[in-house]
Amino acid sequence: MCHNILEVKNLTKKYHNLKQEVTALKDISFSVKNKEFITIVGPSGCGKSTILSILAQIIPSSYGEVLFKKKNPTIGYMLQQDALFDWKTIYENCLIGLKIKNKNKITKQEEDFVLNLLKKYGLYEFKDNYPDSLSGGMRQRVALIRTLAINPDILLLDEPFSALDYQTRLSLSDDVYNIIKNEEKTAIMVTHDIAEAISISNRIIVLSKRPSTIKKIYNIELTNPSTPTNNRKDKNFLKYHDMIWKELDQNV
Amino acid sequence: MYSKEHLDYLKKKKKELFLIITFQILLIVLFLAIWEILVKYKVLNSFLSSSPSLVIKTIYTLFKSNNLLKHIFTTLYETLISFSIGTILGLLIATILWWNKKIAKIFDPYLTILNSLPKVSFGPLLIIWIGANQKTIIIIALLIAIFTTIINMYHAFTTTDNYKITLLKSFKATKLQIFTNVVFPSNIKSLINTLKINISLTLIGVIMGELLISKQGLGYLINYGTQIFNLNLVITSIFILGIISYLLYFILEFIEKKITK
Ligand SMILES: Nc1ncnc2c1ncn2[C@@H]1O[C@H](COP(=O)(O)OP(=O)(O)O)[C@@H](O)[C@H]1O
Ligand SMILES: [Mg+2]
Repeated sequence: MCHNILEVKNLTKKYHNLKQEVTALKDISFSVKNKEFITIVGPSGCGKSTILSILAQIIPSSYGEVLFKKKNPTIGYMLQQDALFDWKTIYENCLIGLKIKNKNKITKQEEDFVLNLLKKYGLYEFKDNYPDSLSGGMRQRVALIRTLAINPDILLLDEPFSALDYQTRLSLSDDVYNIIKNEEKTAIMVTHDIAEAISISNRIIVLSKRPSTIKKIYNIELTNPSTPTNNRKDKNFLKYHDMIWKELDQNV
Repeated sequence: MYSKEHLDYLKKKKKELFLIITFQILLIVLFLAIWEILVKYKVLNSFLSSSPSLVIKTIYTLFKSNNLLKHIFTTLYETLISFSIGTILGLLIATILWWNKKIAKIFDPYLTILNSLPKVSFGPLLIIWIGANQKTIIIIALLIAIFTTIINMYHAFTTTDNYKITLLKSFKATKLQIFTNVVFPSNIKSLINTLKINISLTLIGVIMGELLISKQGLGYLINYGTQIFNLNLVITSIFILGIISYLLYFILEFIEKKITK
């Protein structure tokens, strides 16, 4: 965890429509180190998803720079909804990224890589099933593997647990955390759940309400870092929770 | 093994289904029987109302004179040609509209007007322009059906799940890849529903055309039968038309079951 793989400088985003101009983001700057897990929290509608969409190069920024250390980085984007294709099997769903990127030609090596991911994370026996036979938590795990299949340099996760019930959320956050650490990935996650953010990340970026600026960046140092569910019992957990909660509260 | 409760439940459902089918058959048999009896005892005039046995007799004589099949095939041929052109052209136009929002916006008011306009009114004009022939019949049917295909499919395409499109964009998909991988396949159900509407509208259009042009086909038989006051022939043609429209619908239903299984 030493060098920066991504640097965001003075990112500003304005949305336009006929009635008005909405400044979603204003002067957002931060950097991301290799294998770091960063979480962005902030009030809803402040522009969290906008940051990820810009990083994923789906929409352009108005001003500012997004500098990846690597040229042409591969970016994995995981959304709030799993967006699995219900007419494709789990395995075919996991191959969709490669299929798009390689213009339908998928090598044996890539196939093995995906099959191996499915095996490692307990989804191999479901590979020929269709998504509607899986539970919400399993579907999000498939969505994560679909994202990992393209071997991304950075993972962007937009409220990946928010569509799930509380119990599933907790166990899935452990699963996702373990998978990301295992695959040695760098991740930026967006959430509005403070506890979730503290339990999973190395650093937390707190955004103000619109026009969004960075209010504060917290380094999370737990006494005994472990899985997200265990981290919730950490001595320092409540301290961070209090601080961030107050920080967000001032905004309202 | 199922529990006793579940077996009871299954039995109950089976009984229900049996009852429904029994009543369905009973209804049609009763209808035909009453019709036949009323004609037989001269409550209804067989000249005006025909009767089931007369319909069968007419089918038999028409069939023997080798005319019936010719007329059925004419109507089927025109319907299938018009249906195929309408589906392909309609899908193509819907795709273009999805592809380019500006084109869609430009054509939007005209599509709305054309869709609500009763297209049969073009019939006489088309007969003068193109002639009293099959081409005109096919075009009338096409005009009647195509706007529904365009509007339905365009609407389906534009309401494709945005998350799926965003996902593909994150993989740097081209517009063509987005169309072939998400927009088209996720709207197969809408497509089949549209085809079902399309086929019945096309059949309506073809019969309209045949009534107007009156050279061949079931529409012609109906027109001809009315002119020579052979209502037996008219009712027989309507009867056959009913069977054809049900069969065409049934084929699409079958395809739907195959695909969405
Ligand atoms: N395509 C768009 N056009 C106009 N305004 C938008 C668009 N997308 C988002 N916005 C606005 O920008 C703000 C930030 O949106 P978003 O990034 O989705 O917030 P968050 O993810 O933090 O809830 C919101 O006020 C939203 O209404
Ligand atoms: Mg959001």
